[in-house]
Formats: sequence, structure tokens, C-alpha cells
Amino acid sequence: MGSLELRNIRKSFGAQEVLKGIDLQVKDGEFVIFVGPSGCGKSTLLRSIAGLEDVTSGAVLINGEDVTVTPPAKRGIAMVFQTYALYPHLSVRDNMALGLKQAGTPTDEINTRVAAATEMLSLEPYLKRRPAELSGGQRQRVAIGRALVREPELFLFDEPLSNLDAALRVQTRVEIARLHRQLGATMIYVTHDQVEAMTLADRIVVLNGGVIEQIGSPMELYNRPANLFVAGFIGSPQMNFVEAARIGEAGVTIGIRPEHLSVSPAEGRFKGKVIHAEHLGADTNLYLETETAGLITVRLFGEHRYAADDVVHATPDPTKIHRFDEKGRSIVA
Amino acid sequence: MSKARQSTLRTSLVHVALIAYTLVALFPVFLTIINSFKSKQAIFGQPLRLPGPSTFSLIGYETVLKQGDFVTYFQNSTVVTVVSIFLVLLFGAMAAFALSEYRFRGNTLMGLYLAIGIMIPIRLGTVALLQGMVASGLVNTLTSLVLVYTAQGLPLAIFILSEFMRTVSDDLKNAGRIDGLSEYAIFFRLVLPLVRPAMATVAVFTMIPIWNDLWFPLILAPGESTKTVTLGAQLFIGQFVTNWNAVLAALSLAIFPVLVLYVIFSRQLIRGITSGAVK
Repeated sequence: MGSLELRNIRKSFGAQEVLKGIDLQVKDGEFVIFVGPSGCGKSTLLRSIAGLEDVTSGAVLINGEDVTVTPPAKRGIAMVFQTYALYPHLSVRDNMALGLKQAGTPTDEINTRVAAATEMLSLEPYLKRRPAELSGGQRQRVAIGRALVREPELFLFDEPLSNLDAALRVQTRVEIARLHRQLGATMIYVTHDQVEAMTLADRIVVLNGGVIEQIGSPMELYNRPANLFVAGFIGSPQMNFVEAARIGEAGVTIGIRPEHLSVSPAEGRFKGKVIHAEHLGADTNLYLETETAGLITVRLFGEHRYAADDVVHATPDPTKIHRFDEKGRSIVA
Repeated sequence: MSKARQSTLRTSLVHVALIAYTLVALFPVFLTIINSFKSKQAIFGQPLRLPGPSTFSLIGYETVLKQGDFVTYFQNSTVVTVVSIFLVLLFGAMAAFALSEYRFRGNTLMGLYLAIGIMIPIRLGTVALLQGMVASGLVNTLTSLVLVYTAQGLPLAIFILSEFMRTVSDDLKNAGRIDGLSEYAIFFRLVLPLVRPAMATVAVFTMIPIWNDLWFPLILAPGESTKTVTLGAQLFIGQFVTNWNAVLAALSLAIFPVLVLYVIFSRQLIRGITSGAVK
């Protein structure tokens, strides 16, 4: 139970095509994350899976069954929204129970399921409260609880952590990861935050301009990006791109991740001046204006005593250089 | 009010202006009420004086309650106003929901068409309305008034409510859809409670012109059994002699029902149940 298949999904708003033929297969129990910049169509795709948006053409299959024209409530899905979207006039308990009541579930069954979700998310003390009386983190837990009680085939998350502060975001992220392990349920998750994508996903789907750029596990995307877009999108700070001709390498564009460069004051491949240094404690980021390679970023681990205007030499790890052809596709060595 | 941002001088100036405006607005009401409790001589002799032992008189109220059937008039006014408000709010909110929620061809045009009524006075169509009512046999019924007032109130209601409904979170409506609520349930159970303050505003704006209207009751329903309060009060205004005691008493009485309705709606205006629905 809980597989998803998308067949050539297209979606247009008027003349503008937002999704340009998406094909995807998600296996039962997988945690798949859609990432991409704003406006890449990732939320529209999620809403199409949920049935909140009609697709212009193509088919959505859940458990092998075509649900393209099935209403959202009958697709066996549950969704968690960025803005929580709790019913403001209902208590936490009723917020969780409403969907089941609507489906005509017997009261005993509702009570058991709500109790189980409450226990799992430690919502016991808040059951009688209204959403307005809860903090942001608690509200998001209730929203997750509301999804849990439906016991769906498919969990859909629409940027669930975006409205939380940094500390709470990490905590809730861990909680979602734990839920996924515990339930073994299939989850589709949309985010623009690559840290969430890298830490949670079994597989990441990178979207850009309504098409899938690459699908793969976090480490596949990091180590073997299919093209310039994925290479630039995954990893922080962003990968350095240098014209191959300028530094005498093969291919059209060369990509080097900031963490795959080493720096020495005395000698190295790219001589340059530090224009800015960021000291983060665990990392030190240097921005170098080099003679041959232009502006590049270097990420060093630990503390280093470099300051602006220092002259240094950066050298890439030769085994970790990415090459791209004239169309931006990765050249596999 | 925060002391850091408001100087005492500025605050008091604002208050002086507001208090002055309040006095100006309330003065006619005050004058009407005090004079309704005075004898005819006192009304003309000392119109600004409060009723004293020598000038106090309930003759106006006695006349009102004896002459004409004012209980029926009040009942008619109340029925017409309440039913019209209900219909305006119901249909106005439904149309506003459709306009703000669904994408369909001609959505903007439809919105404009519905809002254009704000700019065109319904009284221009009086003759046609009267002909229509005569043809359908609705003259001298409260139904004719309710129909006209509902039509009159809808444009503004749709205009205000559709703006408010656009602010209701899409996620909330979608959460309802995933939980299996029908579009009607989403409208009545999720959206309407959230736009309650706007509904109250619309109700107040709709109510007052209806309650005070003289034109349509006079033309469409002047019969004894369908008279409204404002029309009933005209009984005492003659071409040569006007019974001011009775007119003032009738007007004073007419203030109260509308005041009660206003209080009910304004409580809705103030209550902020919606805070914390999203974010």
C-alpha cells in the first residue's frame, strides 16, 4: 500500500504552462522530497497529487489506481500545510476528528485513532484547547496529528516547517523523520530548504521551471549532479563554476564545491586575494578574487586565521571536479 | 495607548475632535427624544429645554399608541428589515464566495456586473418595479419590499464580502476539502465564521437605509396592514397641521429596534475569534 505514480502530468494556468510533463514513481514507504526554487511548480505538483488542483493532462495513480478525477477526500491522502490550516473554531481534538467524522467512522474507532496520534505527538495537555491558544510548534504538531488519524496511504507535506523558528524547525524535522520510520508510510514533502531535503529524503526530486532536473538519493545528487542546475542548487555554499578554457581543463564548465578546495598561503593552483571571510566556528568561508578562476568560494573546516586582503592559493581536489558540456549536462568521466 | 508614541497634547486634540463630532451627531437624536416627552406648547416655546414638571407630557406617545396600528407597523418594519438582511447576507456571501474562490470564465465581468448596482440608484427603476409588482400581484405585501431591499443591498454586500473572502487562507479551505467537507460545508462552517466581522459591517450598512426608507413603502405597500413605521409616522404630518408630539414620539420609538439590532451586530464586529487561525 502507498505507492504513487505520476504519468506525464501537465498543468497550465491560462497560457502559462507550470508543469511540463512530470513522470515519477514512488514506492511504498518511500520518503520523497520535491525541491526547487520559488515558482518551479513543486507546490502545484503536490496539490495536483492531492486533487486540490486539476491536472491539464496526464494521470495520477495511487496504489495503481487512477485517481486523476477522484475528489481529495477519497484519494487516501492526508496533507500538512505550511500555514497549519487548523479549524480555528474547533478544539484540538475536534480538529483531528473532523475528517473521520465526515467519513462516517464509528466513534470508538475515532477515539482510538485520536488517542494514538495524541500519544505519538505528546499532545495530551492540549486536546481541549483551540488553535489560537497554541504556539506555532504545537499547532504544526496538531496539523500532523490531523494527518495521522486519517491513516492515509500517502502523507503530503507542503513546506511544513517554513513558519517555524530555527530551533523548532530542527526539532520538528527530527520528529517527522521519526514518524516516517515508525509508520513506514509513504511521504511526499515539498520544501525549498535543501537542508530539509538532504536530511529527510530517501530520494530527492529537483524541479526547475516545471520539469524534473534530476531524481536521486541525497548523496547521488551531491556527488553526481546531472547538470549545472542541480550542481548549483544542492550544496551550500553554492558550487563554484569556472569556464574550463580559463584554467586549461577539458569540457565547457568546471564545477568545484567550496569544501573541495584547500588553501595555502604559500602555493597552489589559483592565486587570489581574500575579499571576505566568514568565521562560523565549525566552518570558515573565504571569498577569493583569483587571477585565473574569477570569484570563488572556499569552505574550510574548523577555525582559520584568514582575513580580508590576505593573498592565498586555492587548490581543488582533483578527484572531485565536476565537468559540464555546452548544454550544461554533466560529463561522466 | 502607548505613551511613547502619543503626546498628551495630540491625544487630547484627537479626543476633542471626536467628542465634538459625537455631540453634533447625537444632538438631533437627543432633541427628538426630549421633545417627545413635552407638551405641544413646550416644544415650540422652549425646544432646547429638558422636560420639567410643568412641561412633561406623554400625549405624543398616547396618540401614537391609540391612533393607527403602531404595533403592526413596528412588526412590519422589523420583518422587512430582518428578512432582507438575512437574504442579503446569505446570497451576498454565497456570490462573494463564488467570485473569490472559483476560477471561471467571466469571473471579473460578473463581479463588475454585480458591483455596478452600488453606483446606480435603485429608485430610478421605481416605475418598472411598480409595474412588475402589479403584474405579479405583490403590491401591498411585505414580500415586495423584501425583494426590492434584497436587490438594493446585494451589490455592496458582494463587493465588501468578496474582498474579505479573498483574505481567508486557501490552506484552510483545502484542509477542509481533504477532510471531506463539501463546498457548502466549507462555506458555512469554515469561511462564514471567519468573515463574521465583515458580515456585521454589511448588515449594519444594509439595515439602516431599509429601516428608514419611506419611498418604497409609500409606493409598493401603502396599505394599512403593510405600513412600516416611517410610513406610519407620516400619518401625523399634514399639509396644514402637524401633530409634532406624535411624530417625535413615533420617531423616538422607531430608534430602539434598530439600536438593538446594531448592538447585536457591533458585538460581532468587535469579537476577534479569528485570531490565530493561521500563522
